[in-house]
Amino acid sequence: MTSLLEVQDLTVQRGGVAVLAGVSLSLAEGEALILRGPNGSGKTTLLRTIAGLQPSSAGRISVVPEAIAYAAHADGVKSVLTVVENLRFWSGIYGAGGVEEALETFELEGLADRPAGALSAGQKRRLGLSRLLVTGRSIWVLDEPTVSLDRAAVAMFAGAVRAHLAAGGAALIATHIDLGLEARTFDVAPYKARAGSGEGEFDEAFL
Amino acid sequence: MIRLLLRDIVLAVRAGGGFGLGLAFFLIVTVLVPFGVGPEADLLSRIAPGILWVGALLSCLLSLDRIFQLDFEDGTLDLLATAPIPMEGVVAVKALAHWLTTGLPLVLAAPVFGVLLNLPGPGYVWLVASLALGTPALSMIGAFGAALTVGLKRGGLLLSLLVLPLYVPTLIYGTEVARRGAEGLDLGAPIALLAGITLAALALLPFAAAAAIRVNLR
Repeated sequence: MTSLLEVQDLTVQRGGVAVLAGVSLSLAEGEALILRGPNGSGKTTLLRTIAGLQPSSAGRISVVPEAIAYAAHADGVKSVLTVVENLRFWSGIYGAGGVEEALETFELEGLADRPAGALSAGQKRRLGLSRLLVTGRSIWVLDEPTVSLDRAAVAMFAGAVRAHLAAGGAALIATHIDLGLEARTFDVAPYKARAGSGEGEFDEAFL
Repeated sequence: MIRLLLRDIVLAVRAGGGFGLGLAFFLIVTVLVPFGVGPEADLLSRIAPGILWVGALLSCLLSLDRIFQLDFEDGTLDLLATAPIPMEGVVAVKALAHWLTTGLPLVLAAPVFGVLLNLPGPGYVWLVASLALGTPALSMIGAFGAALTVGLKRGGLLLSLLVLPLYVPTLIYGTEVARRGAEGLDLGAPIALLAGITLAALALLPFAAAAAIRVNLR
């Protein structure tokens, strides 16, 4: 199994304050890693840094180029476009197909022509997650993907992750619930940066 | 890239985001001016190029804050930043979409509004030419301003304050082209400078705006 993502001794910062220090992790093909930690512990910051949205202040991230698909709290769904138009846009951006399969996986076929603004929170989330399938990228970096999903949809999502792993992909997921995946967990709490904000307490302002 | 352009145009048309709005605003400004300065045909035809340019500039400003703000709020900008297209390209395409939905309609409608202000006959061609040359710079400079203010709540006012001074050179040379055209004077110098400003903006600002967005996404 080849390693897709290698993080060594990484220090991530939020608002100029170091949040996590000395984080090392690795992700191989077909592997999922679940990030755990209380609110404000720096999971989002770590994921954003790995996805390349934020610079790290120390350490190294080695990753196959153009391999990461990132999904966060906000789904990037345009409410005046229909479900299928939203997906076609992203599939066009990434130059990968699979719109039909993505709709099928997240059971959105019946909603395909509905404007995304008319979807419920859970349906919108499913649409946001189905975007991952049209990226054709091998590493999914997901920040609390199951927010506002019901139990059936969580199972749907877990199925999609399993299929992705079986196809040689990898996933790095920050979540508070049990997805039923056979995955290692990685607790970020021990890596909390010493200097900076708070004394032992996580600072909510730096979420 | 083409996908992004088409999507932005569809969004602007469907959400009523500035497509008709800018044009209607332009119409109202040009209609209000004769009320303000009185029905003197001479005076109106003298100030027509300037009024039309200021009107175009203000209507351009109306929809600027939507260029990146909506995409920032719903997380699309994060996703675009991790997508396989360069941020410079995203900025350029979004400025182009803004021009197509705001600037181009203004260019096409300007002759009609020129009639309202009694613009002299030979001025029409040069008014359209000056707007066609100058409005791309307005969109590009505006996109840069929007990129600087993208993370701010209620950044619209700050955006106007930042962008309007930057519009001054375009405004000066744009109205100069339209005025000289209307009076039948030689206009080689102002048209070259206007084109120069536009080309410089198109060449340099996508990089500056992309850098500003990367900082704002942190």
